[in-house]
Amino acid sequence: MKFLQDIFDKMEPNFEKGGKFEKFYPLWEAQRTFIFTPKITTPAKGAQIRDAIDLKRMMFTVVIAMIPCLLFGIWNTGHMHFLSAGQEASHLDKVIHGAILVIPIVLVSYIAGGLVEVAFSILRNHPVTEGFLVTGMLIPLVVPPTIPLWQVAVGTIFAVVLAKEIFGGVGMNVLNVALTARAFLFFAYPTEISGSEVWIATGEEVVQGYSGATALGIAAEFGTGENQVPVLEALANSFAPDLYSLKSMFIGTIPGSIGETSALMCILGAIVLLITGVGSWRIMLSMLVGGIVMGLILNLFGSNEFMKLPFYYHLVMGGFAFGLVFMATDPVTASQTNTGKWIYGFFCGFFALLIRVLNPAYPEGVMLAILLMNVFAPLIDYYIVDANKKRRLKRATV
Amino acid sequence: MSQIIRLKKGFEINLAGEAKKEVVSVQQPETFSVKPTDFPGVQRPKTLVKVGDNIKAGTPVFMGKNYPEVNFAAPVSGEVVEVVRGEKRALLEIRILADSNLEYEENKTFTPSDIGNANSEELKDQLVRSGVWPFLVQRPFAVVADPQEKPRAIFISGFDSSPLAADYGVTLKGQEKYFQAGVEALAKLTDGQVHLSVSGDREVPSVFSQITGIQSHKFTGPHPSGNVGVQIHHIDPLVKDDLVWTIKPFGVVVIGKLLLDGKYDVSKTIAFAGSSVKNPAYLETYSGARVDKFLSGNLHDDHCRVISGNVLTGESIGREGYLGFYDDLITVIPEGDQERFFLTSGWLGLIANRLSFHRAFGLVSFLNGKNKKYKLDTNVNGEERPFVQTGAFEKVVPMDLYPVYLLKAIMAEDFDEMEALGIYEVAEEDLALCEFIDVSKTPVQKILRQGIDLMMES
Repeated sequence: MKFLQDIFDKMEPNFEKGGKFEKFYPLWEAQRTFIFTPKITTPAKGAQIRDAIDLKRMMFTVVIAMIPCLLFGIWNTGHMHFLSAGQEASHLDKVIHGAILVIPIVLVSYIAGGLVEVAFSILRNHPVTEGFLVTGMLIPLVVPPTIPLWQVAVGTIFAVVLAKEIFGGVGMNVLNVALTARAFLFFAYPTEISGSEVWIATGEEVVQGYSGATALGIAAEFGTGENQVPVLEALANSFAPDLYSLKSMFIGTIPGSIGETSALMCILGAIVLLITGVGSWRIMLSMLVGGIVMGLILNLFGSNEFMKLPFYYHLVMGGFAFGLVFMATDPVTASQTNTGKWIYGFFCGFFALLIRVLNPAYPEGVMLAILLMNVFAPLIDYYIVDANKKRRLKRATV
Repeated sequence: MSQIIRLKKGFEINLAGEAKKEVVSVQQPETFSVKPTDFPGVQRPKTLVKVGDNIKAGTPVFMGKNYPEVNFAAPVSGEVVEVVRGEKRALLEIRILADSNLEYEENKTFTPSDIGNANSEELKDQLVRSGVWPFLVQRPFAVVADPQEKPRAIFISGFDSSPLAADYGVTLKGQEKYFQAGVEALAKLTDGQVHLSVSGDREVPSVFSQITGIQSHKFTGPHPSGNVGVQIHHIDPLVKDDLVWTIKPFGVVVIGKLLLDGKYDVSKTIAFAGSSVKNPAYLETYSGARVDKFLSGNLHDDHCRVISGNVLTGESIGREGYLGFYDDLITVIPEGDQERFFLTSGWLGLIANRLSFHRAFGLVSFLNGKNKKYKLDTNVNGEERPFVQTGAFEKVVPMDLYPVYLLKAIMAEDFDEMEALGIYEVAEEDLALCEFIDVSKTPVQKILRQGIDLMMES
């Protein structure tokens, strides 16, 4: 790697103070530190040695955890396409077709968000941080495969600027950036990210009886309001056999956002996050419990067919699994204290199902529940830390 | 013996190059140094000697503006050869060319039975004048104790749990008599008790086994269980407007020597350790010794960092630097000033030979087990970033406090918050592991000292 270092060393003066491209130093530094972990040593006073970890590695661990979801999402996008057309296709064809649709979305997300990051780094003269490594991958996974690319760009830019950069960048944001992007798209361009038309990238032809609704869409449509039918019956009545069976929903061969359909792939991601300790097991477990508790409460009342849907269906439908593994666990926007994480996670799951089932306007509640709890997380922590302060004060007054 | 306090939180950093438990003979350095920067809390130090003066061991060499009566003394007798100043003429070092036969300032001597009956004001006066006083460090703030105050209690940690730390069983061997005398003198300085905490995980050094007149405690668990701040937190925590003093066992011995022999005798046994050292062992010298003679011919390679103290809290002093006042360890480890290609040994590589508290992708040092000894260099292994990870600091601080919240309060200069979040209970060493494990490479100890300085000024 010596030759690469030599090239870098030769070019470095152009970007240093007084150099031709001095303004672009953050961009220069970002790429050099990407390729080489820098030679910075510890200061003379203090800890003389440091742990082998850094933020790049931690963030990249999350990206790795998302790869199963991404790959499955690519395949499933193709799979849904051919299924809707009633055509047989090889796995390779499905992957190629899916990749043609999904890869551009990933690229647009990374490029749009990356440009914003770099622009702010240059304006504010701070290093380009690696937080967007994760956000840039999360955004494509929570949008439908048919989304117009310009919307991906607009949503990403909106979220990175308004949810993150104006708060001061990585580590300072209140709301999860990827969810903010999705929420923005959801409210700004509802026709492209809700309803029953967007979840499958169909071709010219579709099979008879085709409907591209998500399982949640069907549940909301048939399980509430007038003329209710049991949700499981409605789900059984799909254009392809077993499309919405519990097994299909667990494996993920259903219509939906690109990366969120497969609970199985989310579990693989969760395993990566839990073994590495990068994702909080407290949040994952408590969100699962919160979802189950709310699901059981809904089952108990059962005043409409949607509420009667067995609670475990909720865990594999929609974005519950994906939100639990990748969204709720974002360390910056979640609660920071261990006790707080239990409370935060529990209510993420609790409200996700509450919004999902009892709110007629939004068929998916996970996104809004997590955003809501993002807002409450600092308040939860405030009381946890306050209890610590009170314990200390009590010692002083005894 | 009271109950055993078992600590679970913390982290052992197992480094290669532990000092062999034998004292080797070395050539003594020619020069010794007194560094005002070794003494936290001392403001505007002013030199009391000039170049060319002949002084004795125990002669006052500088004073601090805020400690007018405390004597900061020369460790050896000889000639003052250099007064080193830094920015704005701040006093950095006073260097002394040592005599071959040391002469000592004379002090009143006591017999062991006298100390208990001595007048406590007279005794204190002798400690303040003779040079031993700076061994007493107060909490909160971890600064040199103020002789005007009276502490609620005095705490001594009987073991050092930090990486490659010197074993008191070696460094204090045969000092029982002096340690006991020192403890009796300390008892005169407080109305409360003198606490001594020993390790429940390792052999208790003989110097502590027969001591009377102390309240004894046992701690088990990983580093920082040997930190006196952690021990205070579990024995009798500090509260607002509270004051305790701490002292290292070596300081107690020096006090004992002063009282029994009438001399300010800071000859000490120190450990010389680290992966860059060919024959890590213990050696005998004096406080403030120049280290180059110890290093020459005893290093594996030349590109290394010489640290006075341990790798978590020490200070890089360079190859011609001088041992710190409170330190009983010189650590030498390789410098890490090279770039690392990201896929091989950089941020995405598979890393088994560099220790990590974490298990993020590619960090597999945990597979090595607990007994693997690591050869770590001084590379930061990343760049400084805002706080992102949560819940990690709490795992290495065995105290009921939230380090990140405290650090943020310091950065915001919020005095009420700092106080409420426990700044009185911690010193740099107590949060040093946070600095080591931090994903965001935050300079935790520096920030904490800034906070402490702010609190002291307020």
